[in-house]
Amino acid sequence: MTPAASVHVEQLTKRFGETLALDNISFDVSRGELFGFIGPDGAGKTTLFRILTTLLLATTGTCSVEGFDVVKDYKKIRNIAGYMPGKFSLYQDLTVEENLNFFATIFGTTIRENYHLVREIYQQIEPFKNRKAGKLSGGMKQKLALSCAMIHKPDVLFLDEPTTGVDAVSRLEFWEMLKRLKEAGITILVSTPYMDEASLCDRVALMQNGHIMTISTPREVIRNYPLSLLSVKAGDIYNLLGELRKYPGVHSVYAFGQTAHVSFRNREVEKDILSGFLKKNKHESVEIMPIEATIEDCFMELMNNNH
Amino acid sequence: MPHWLYSPGNMTVTSENIITVKNLVKKFGSFVANDRLTFEVKKGEIFGFLGANGAGKTTAIKILCGLSYPTSGELSVAGFDIYTQREKVKQNIGYMSQRFSLYDDLTVYENIRFYGGIYGLLKKEIDSRAHSLMLQLGFESARNKLIRDIPLGWKQKLAFSVAILHNPKIVFLDEPTGGVDPITRRQFWDMIYEAAHTGITVFVTTHYMDEAEYCDRVSIMVEGRIAALDTPDNLKQQFDAPSMNEVFIKLARA
Repeated sequence: MTPAASVHVEQLTKRFGETLALDNISFDVSRGELFGFIGPDGAGKTTLFRILTTLLLATTGTCSVEGFDVVKDYKKIRNIAGYMPGKFSLYQDLTVEENLNFFATIFGTTIRENYHLVREIYQQIEPFKNRKAGKLSGGMKQKLALSCAMIHKPDVLFLDEPTTGVDAVSRLEFWEMLKRLKEAGITILVSTPYMDEASLCDRVALMQNGHIMTISTPREVIRNYPLSLLSVKAGDIYNLLGELRKYPGVHSVYAFGQTAHVSFRNREVEKDILSGFLKKNKHESVEIMPIEATIEDCFMELMNNNH
Repeated sequence: MPHWLYSPGNMTVTSENIITVKNLVKKFGSFVANDRLTFEVKKGEIFGFLGANGAGKTTAIKILCGLSYPTSGELSVAGFDIYTQREKVKQNIGYMSQRFSLYDDLTVYENIRFYGGIYGLLKKEIDSRAHSLMLQLGFESARNKLIRDIPLGWKQKLAFSVAILHNPKIVFLDEPTGGVDPITRRQFWDMIYEAAHTGITVFVTTHYMDEAEYCDRVSIMVEGRIAALDTPDNLKQQFDAPSMNEVFIKLARA
């Protein structure tokens, strides 16, 4: 365990009957770190968060939060952790203000005492403080849930897919909020299925089917991408994808919007030869560019290796 | 490698309108959820219907599917009037949402049979379609498995196949790829393209902006109105943005 670890997980396994939800995972999160768990549904993100927030028992392995054991010291952890579950879990028939007040009271504090912590987020929904939580839009529910998770001044914040189903603009704003919480010194563990959010974290764990495929800084994940990558654009993307998959030496071809990302094991890919090949196959306005991998490229490559 | 990827882009878009919306207004009390929406969708088109949360997308989709009446406006879906021929509309469309429309405690085959029955297919038709579906999706082995026991990516592909089981004119996909891994997400879009190639019109919402680029045309709703509607290329040009993500952010933040 590193000295400044806020969250420590060692050889954690969780089974549900036959299903292996978490398969022997280990990691540390440092104090004040913004740490992302990136992966699709079924990766094990929610199970992990439920174990760390003492709501679920591990099958084997040990975990601690701020030095407290998740089994022995669960009551202590509940006082210092803030948890925003993936499913909206506030009281739908209480108003915005009543919900926040409820969570403050449970933790023996008041809205007034910790208002400064939630001010920036809560102010955006305060005009609707008398509206029932069930009647809020998705973006507002998310802000209220974060306020409720923060009102007792937690040391560690667990946010389970806070941006799922949220539009691109609200996602951007949510991450700006997280950055400021991090600056306030709070350790944040956040999970997301959106690969593009990885770059906003200090470090990320890329997860799939209960495994951590890699843990690193986003920069390092990209630097470790083992292949050379070209971005290819042509008039007709779907025909292009098929054609590229037939090209000798191609490792993978994936659509990225209107371009295709083509990877090669051989680092010396001749751009001009590929361009010639595509022109010969009647592709027009072909543009080929060497590019750096995105986290999504890395994720897919790691998935292929793990199969 | 699916065969349809070898065929040229989406050549099946026709000039025939399959959805026509003129001045659609939907009010809830004094709140205007849809403010004079006007657009057409062409037969065989993949039409992206984007917008921020709360912009009024779901309200509009419910109206287009015949589940809710507009306050005013003229609408025709699959050739039928949305006020007077709602049952006809429902027979001619398919719908799939992010939350699966499949029954967890029924098997794969039972789900297909159930939906086939709802859409009035004969048992013989259902059996033959179920058979070809299993072959096509490569999950013959899962025929008698409960939905809750199959992987998420399979569920999603099956839910889509079931939504087009009755060969509808239009299929509405409401955030169909939420939460799936990036490889499955791309396979799912292969299926969407295949459906479009057989002439089914695809009306799709998504929060993944790279997926917006796979659509023939995209509309972006902001606060109840359609703020932009064009091909992804034209939108990027119009808003001087390198990606649809930036087009979206420019529009929704304005």
